Amino acid sequence: MATTETMTINMGPQHPSTHGVLRLVLELDGEVVKKAVPHIGFLHRGIEKLSEHRTYHQILPLTDRLDYLAPMHNNLGYVLAVEKLLGLTDEIPERAQVVRVLLAELTRIKSHLVWLACHALDIGAMTIFIYCFREREEIMDFYERISGARMTSNYFRVGGLSADLPDGIEKDLRKFADDIPGHLETYEGLLTGNKIWQKRIQNVGVLSGKDAIDLGVTGPCLRASGVDWDLRRDDPYSGYENYDFKVIVDDGCDTWARYTCRLDEMRESCKIIHQALDKLKPGPILADAPKIVLPSKQDTVNTIEGLIHHFKIVSEGFKPEEGEVYVGVENPKGEVGFYLISDGSPRPYRMKIRPASFVNLQALPKMCEGSMIADVVAVIGTLDIVLGEIDR
Amino acid sequence: MSLQAVVDKLKAKFGDTVLNEKEFRGEVTVVVKKEEIVAVCTFLKDELGFSFLTDLCGVDYLGTAPRFMVVYQLYNIGTHQRFRVKAPVEEGDACIDTVSGVWSTANWHERECYDLMGISFNNHPDLRRILLPDDWEGHPLRKDYPVQGPDREPYQGRLR
Repeated sequence: MATTETMTINMGPQHPSTHGVLRLVLELDGEVVKKAVPHIGFLHRGIEKLSEHRTYHQILPLTDRLDYLAPMHNNLGYVLAVEKLLGLTDEIPERAQVVRVLLAELTRIKSHLVWLACHALDIGAMTIFIYCFREREEIMDFYERISGARMTSNYFRVGGLSADLPDGIEKDLRKFADDIPGHLETYEGLLTGNKIWQKRIQNVGVLSGKDAIDLGVTGPCLRASGVDWDLRRDDPYSGYENYDFKVIVDDGCDTWARYTCRLDEMRESCKIIHQALDKLKPGPILADAPKIVLPSKQDTVNTIEGLIHHFKIVSEGFKPEEGEVYVGVENPKGEVGFYLISDGSPRPYRMKIRPASFVNLQALPKMCEGSMIADVVAVIGTLDIVLGEIDR
Repeated sequence: MSLQAVVDKLKAKFGDTVLNEKEFRGEVTVVVKKEEIVAVCTFLKDELGFSFLTDLCGVDYLGTAPRFMVVYQLYNIGTHQRFRVKAPVEEGDACIDTVSGVWSTANWHERECYDLMGISFNNHPDLRRILLPDDWEGHPLRKDYPVQGPDREPYQGRLR
């Protein structure tokens, strides 16, 4: 058989379907991908280095900028790690825990909506993009009402929340969670029965469960490879053990399985939002730990203790005892973990972030080598990567 | 199997290789000699079920000997347990054997550790910088690398 010369082409970093600044060097034999080499780092901001020079409270806004499509989840992972380091995990008030779960699930829907929108757009289904962003806009409005910002929420605090939920938001959240399953049916009506959509994603980007574990893939990508593992159920945090939800597992292993898996996850998220709203009772939103948690404005200006604590926390920061902890949370994209080492000073000695997208992206060569070049776009979409998190 | 049982099994199998063990907030850390790291990891994966390497990173303890620690965060999918293994690395001989043969996921983690911390991994299939450009000088996560970057005035804003 005659062999042909291979051709090397460059894809990205400025390419609309690489979801940011991902660069791929593809070696092609005709239209078949022989080798794919990802090049990353174009968005590296040195967040781990910066955090060694900031107090624990000051690091929180940096964590929004990791996975900027799911900022609340990064905040949650970070504050849980600091709380564990301080031994404060059991002191978090009930209301704060419930609000954390509520917003984490809202964030999961938000992230999955962007995934569906961009994934479908990459493959050529434009309408769905507009629909998904319409629903996402509602979540952005909730974000703005709750935290004051649309993207970089910075809402959770070590010990609880920065502010209570605004009045009347429960009703709107309930309506939103009621509406989402209907919207999902619209999306499925546009895509699931669509022959082009089926041909473009069925049996594309196959990743077996064994390979997925070997490559460290987590989140929906792992569950769509038939591995039944979800940190919310298996290593519960923030009271997830009190919620009734199903972990969606599919053994299809292909892009189609990941598509159905994520859609069903959004349905489960709506169920969790309803349960969280049922559990939401008035109460304190911050732990009773005056040396760690910032006092309220009223206490700061009216009491001498409040003033001193405020001054000490802002000017110096709190000092956890020497030790090291690792906390992983189930981000929409997979496990995001924070590994903190304290040397007893007000700044972490070392903070290592375990990014979900970074590890998931490592599976890309395995998933697209041997397939057509057009499938590379489908595989990038299905991995649901965010370069802010990969490059840190 | 409790985490203490895991430590006991490691000690029974490897003896002096296990240098130290520690528990903090329910998390168990074991320090092992770097020469045996591949054997320890293979044993943990194949015999004790830690099939998942969650994370791998380097830590710089400037001013102490040995200067570096390479940290492996392991996870057992069956029993939902976490386990941490550390291996000390000397400054003069800043290299350790790769575990990418045990878990493929270690490949990029080790490249990142090499890139940002300057620890080499023997027998690594593709040891290149990953986040920084290929011609970058220095390793930014080392404690003697200034936060503002080399050849620049230190940032004074918060200290003044």
